Amino acid sequence: MDDLYREQIIDRYKHPRSRGTLDPHDYTYEDDNPLCGDRIRIDVRLGPDQRVSKAAFSGQGCAISQASADLLTEAVVGKTLDEIKAMSKDDILEMLGIELGPVRLKCALLSLKVLKAGVYGIDQVEPDLA
Amino acid sequence: MPTLTTTPALDVDRIRAEFPVLGRETRPGVRLVYLDSAATSQKPRRVIEAMTGFYEQHNANIHRGIHRLAEEATEAYESARRRIAAFVGVHDPAEIVFTRNATESINLVASTWGRAQLQRGDLIVLTEMEHHANLVPWQMLAAERGVTLAFIPVTDEGRLDLAAYRALLDRRPRLVAFTAMSNVLGTINPTAEMAAEAHAAGARVLVDAAQSVPHLPTDAAALGVDFLVFSGHKMCGPTGIGVLYARRELLEAMPPYQGGGDMIRRVTLQAFVPNDVPYKFEAGTPAIAEAIGLGAAVDFLGGLGMAAVHAHEAAITEYALERLSEVPGLRVYGPPAAERGGLATFSMAEAHPHDVAQILDHDGIAVRAGHHCAMPIHEKLGLPATTRASFYLYTTRDEIDRLIEGLYKVKHLFA
Repeated sequence: MDDLYREQIIDRYKHPRSRGTLDPHDYTYEDDNPLCGDRIRIDVRLGPDQRVSKAAFSGQGCAISQASADLLTEAVVGKTLDEIKAMSKDDILEMLGIELGPVRLKCALLSLKVLKAGVYGIDQVEPDLA
Repeated sequence: MPTLTTTPALDVDRIRAEFPVLGRETRPGVRLVYLDSAATSQKPRRVIEAMTGFYEQHNANIHRGIHRLAEEATEAYESARRRIAAFVGVHDPAEIVFTRNATESINLVASTWGRAQLQRGDLIVLTEMEHHANLVPWQMLAAERGVTLAFIPVTDEGRLDLAAYRALLDRRPRLVAFTAMSNVLGTINPTAEMAAEAHAAGARVLVDAAQSVPHLPTDAAALGVDFLVFSGHKMCGPTGIGVLYARRELLEAMPPYQGGGDMIRRVTLQAFVPNDVPYKFEAGTPAIAEAIGLGAAVDFLGGLGMAAVHAHEAAITEYALERLSEVPGLRVYGPPAAERGGLATFSMAEAHPHDVAQILDHDGIAVRAGHHCAMPIHEKLGLPATTRASFYLYTTRDEIDRLIEGLYKVKHLFA
């Protein structure tokens, strides 16, 4: 298949590594993209060093949105909250390893938007993720 | 044995040759399969040439100039109005108002007729299968005027619940507004029957014909509706031009829509006297080339015969539904082929509509994925999004076969 459906994305979609919820958790947030119904919740637990010890996602949606959530929740383990706040669109695209048009970009970035909203504790995220 | 038929079959190969874009590839070696005509149709060369020809030979503003070009431009614009009127069975061309699209036509009715006629407590009856264009203008009016909205439910088979409709008519609505054909389910609604019942209950009737005028023979007079709206771009015409048909006495009683040039008879510093219909509703320089393009489009469709267009689409739709039903885990929404227009909206067990559309796009197959500007009916179906393949006079069985191959590819990838 083409680059968009690299094996990694299909594999992550079918066999996610960090799907689930965390109880207890230190941060949680959930949001959706009403245009396509992608919905993602991300739970984050911090270790004694104030770095992410575990993160998990739940929700439903297209392969791109779910694979990016799975990759992201794996990638943030060991990061500080400030390091998460500094993550950008490019980090997600690098993880996915694909190029996306504007409509699919929203699918890919939903998980980062949710994670950041949770970490900031508010709905305030950068405009390019909104 | 040859079958006797009153409807000559379309020569689809010849028709396809008229549409330049249908010959293109989406990437090297991959021929376009355009299955998104319910969103917008492709344009035949003669429509494109009618617009280019206007700009190259006749371009001038209309209704005011005395010079040669202005007269030619005015005649071309008004001739288009006459031919479009005839195409939908309207005898008086003054009953055809040019707008930007069906959406603007509905907004025009809501903000002129609606504001002038409706008061707090008045009821508007809509349906659960409406496009946002036939929901939001009424929601805005409801918020402004305290008008109540009620909705004809959609049955599990994708039809309007006509018993529930009759119960709503007992509440004496002022307006019944509904789609002639659902852009999601494909359902062709019994427009004439519903209009007659609404009139018997004392209501006005607005029909959103954006999906029906491009695909079915339309006779506005026979339908007996008060308002009928459609868009040029879904019927081989250009974007930026749409139509509001309304009966003359309604148009004459309605206040103007937008103010400006062309919609007035006389203006002083303090006041204006509005122009006659339809010009009263066409403020400012209109989309002249687009109206001329739509005129060429109805000449094209009328020349083929809408009965023949519909017969072709009905055959393609029947074939598509049959082939789609072979795909395991795929579910099509809406009524059987005989009761629907040329589209199939479906979901697949394995893959999200965005993924389906993206994988099909890789093979040059253009379908629509999302809620198709009809979120409430998707809520009813319990789905945030669906995939829709829609057909037109240029759609072939080979294209349906390529769609099915693409869907098997999706299944294989996500299995």
